[in-house]
Amino acid sequence: MTAAPTTKPAEKPAESPAAGPARKRPGASRVWLGALPLLVFAGVCFGLPVGALLYGALTRDDPATGATAVTGEHLQRSLQGPYLTSLVGSVQLSALTAVIGTLLGVLIAQAVVTARGGALRNAVLTASGVLANFGGIPLAFAFVATLGISGVVTRLGRLDSLGWNLYSFTGLAVIYLYFLVPLMVLVIIPALDGLRPQWREAAQNAGATSWQFWRHVGVPVLAPSLLGGFVLLFGSAFAAHATAAALVGGSVPLVTLKIADALSGNVLVGQENVALALSLDMIVIAGLVMAVYLPLQRRSSRWLH
Amino acid sequence: MTRNRFRANGRLVAALALGTAALTTLSACGAAPEEDASSAATATSAADLGGLKELVAAAEKEGTLNAIALPPDWANYGEVIKAFEAKYKVKVSVENPDASSSDEISAVKSRKGQKRAPDVLDLGISFARSGAAEKLFAPYKVEAWDKIPDSQKEKDGLWFNDYGGYVSIGCDAGRIKTCPETFADLLKPEYKGKVALNGNPTKAGSAFGGVYAASLANKGSFGDIQPGIDFFGKLKKSGNFIPVESTPATVEKGETPISIDWDYLNAGYADQFKSKGVDWKVAVPADGVYAQYYSQAINKEAPHPAAARLWMEFLYSTEGQNLWLKGYARPVLLPSMTTEGTADKTFVTKLPAVEGTPTFPTSEELDKANADLAENWDKAVS
Repeated sequence: MTAAPTTKPAEKPAESPAAGPARKRPGASRVWLGALPLLVFAGVCFGLPVGALLYGALTRDDPATGATAVTGEHLQRSLQGPYLTSLVGSVQLSALTAVIGTLLGVLIAQAVVTARGGALRNAVLTASGVLANFGGIPLAFAFVATLGISGVVTRLGRLDSLGWNLYSFTGLAVIYLYFLVPLMVLVIIPALDGLRPQWREAAQNAGATSWQFWRHVGVPVLAPSLLGGFVLLFGSAFAAHATAAALVGGSVPLVTLKIADALSGNVLVGQENVALALSLDMIVIAGLVMAVYLPLQRRSSRWLH
Repeated sequence: MTRNRFRANGRLVAALALGTAALTTLSACGAAPEEDASSAATATSAADLGGLKELVAAAEKEGTLNAIALPPDWANYGEVIKAFEAKYKVKVSVENPDASSSDEISAVKSRKGQKRAPDVLDLGISFARSGAAEKLFAPYKVEAWDKIPDSQKEKDGLWFNDYGGYVSIGCDAGRIKTCPETFADLLKPEYKGKVALNGNPTKAGSAFGGVYAASLANKGSFGDIQPGIDFFGKLKKSGNFIPVESTPATVEKGETPISIDWDYLNAGYADQFKSKGVDWKVAVPADGVYAQYYSQAINKEAPHPAAARLWMEFLYSTEGQNLWLKGYARPVLLPSMTTEGTADKTFVTKLPAVEGTPTFPTSEELDKANADLAENWDKAVS
C-alpha cells in the first residue's frame, strides 16, 4: 500500500522531463509562430504608441539646449486644476451614460427577444447596427437641427421654456445615449437568446415567481455580459470626442476635449506633453475599470460551470 | 457551447478605443534637402541672391512650395494661392488646410530633413514667438521689410506679421431686432441663448481674441484677461452665452445668431450668405477694440528654400496684400499702402469701421493671459 504510491510519483518525474517537454517543444514553437503576426501587430500598433506616450508624458525637452530630462511635472499638471476637472467630468458622464445605456439597452433587447415574429427583431438589430456607429459631427448637427436652440423639436415643443439646453451635461448625456443604447442592444441580444426557456419553465414548476427567476437565475447568468456591455459603453463614452467638440466646446469639461486643446491649438504653447500625460491618465482609468470588471466577471462566470 | 455563448465580447474594445492616435508623428527620416539649394537656404533677403529675378529663377527651379494650414476660405487664401501659381511656375501644395498652429510646429519638428516638410508657416502669434525661441525659423527680410511696423515683426526677420483684424460682433439681422454693437449690449436679456464664440478660447485664436476684447471692455488690460473671463461667466449665467462653436453652418442655420469673431470672417459670412437670405451685420465693438495679426515664418530647414522666400515676397507685395484685403483681412502694410495710394479702395471702404490705432500685448502679457485663461475659463463657463 505504501510502496506503490511512493514509487509511482518517483517514476513520473523521472519520465516526464525526458519525454514530456521533448514532445511538447516543437508543438509549442509552432503555436508561437502562429501568434507572431498578432504579436507584431499588437507591438507596432499598440506597444509603440503607448511607449511614445509614456516617453512624452514623463520627459521634458529644454527648448534652448534640446536636452531631454525625466520629469513628473506633466503628470502632476494633468491631475490638477482644469485638467483634473475634465478627468472627473469625463468619468461622471461616461459612468452615468453607461449605466443608463445598459439599463435601457437590456430592456429594449428583452422586449425584442420575447416579441413574436422576426420582423421586429430584424428591424431593431439593423437599426441598432446603424445607430451604434452614428456618431461624431454628423450626429451633433442632427441634434442641433432637432433639439438645438432653434431646432425643430425645441421650437414645436417649447422645450427651452422647460429648461432644456442641448449644450449642457444633460444634453450631451442624451446624445451619447443615442449611440450607446443601440450598442448595448447589439451586445446583449445574443446573451438574452442564450437564456433557455426551459430554465424559466423549470423555475416556474418549482414555484418561483418571475422576480425570483430573474434574481436567482436570469441576472446571475447574464451578469458577465451585462458587465462586459457596461465596460464597452463606458469606454465608448469615455473616448468620444468629435460630438462633444462640435457641441459644447469648453463648457462641459471632458478630458478628450482637453487633450485636443492641448495638442493642437492656436493659443496655448507647449502643452503637448500634458496632453500625453492626460492620455496616460485615460489609459489608467480604463485599466482600473477593466480591473474591476475582470474579477467580477470571473466570479459571476462561476454560475455557468 | 453555452459557456461560449455567454462570453462577453466587449472586453477589449474599451481599451482599444483609448489608443489615442496622438502619436502619428513617429515618421522615419527621409531624404536630405538638395545641395544646390544651399545659397537660397541662407539668404536673408532677395538681394543676397542677386535680386528678385534670381530668386524667381531659383524658386521656379524648385517648382514646388509646401504650405500647411491655409484654408481657402480664410482671408482669401484660395485666391492668393491661385495668383501665386499663375504668376510663377511654382506649384503650391497645401497640406491639411484646417491644421492649427501647433500642428504646423509639430510638422516642422517631426519632418526635419524630409522633402515633405512645410516650407512656410502661417502662425498664431504665441507660436511664432515660441518657434523663434526654439530656433525653428530662418531669418528673412522681404523687400517691404522697412514698411512693416516694428511692433509687428521680429527684429531679425524670424517672423513677421501678415494680416489680421479686429474682434467683431456678427449678427443675423433677420432674427435679431436690434443688433448689439458693444460688449455691454450683449448682456441685455433680449439676447438670451444667442451669443456664441468661434470656438473654445483655449484653442481657437479668434475666440481668445474675443475674451481679450471683452476684458478690455470691462476695465481689464493686456496683462489682465480675468475681467473678460468673468464677462463670459456672467453671459453664461444669464443664459445669453451658448457654448456651440460658430461656423458658417451654424451661422447659416441661425443657431448662432450672434457670433463674436474676427471682422474679416464675419464680413466674409455677410457676403457668402447674402444670396441665402441671411442678413449678417458686422460691428467692431467700440468698448473692446482688440486687433490681432497672424505671423509668417520660413522653416529653417525648408525643402524648397527659394520658393519659400519667393512666397514671402509675393505675400508682402502690393498684389499679395491687396488680395488679403479683398478677403476683408487687414494686411500689415495697409497703413503705408494707404499713404502711397496703392491699397485697393473698393475693399478698404468695405472694411468695418474702427476708431483709433490698434495696440498689441507684449510676449509676457500674452503668456500670462494664456495661462490665466487655461486655468479659469472652464470654471467660468461650465
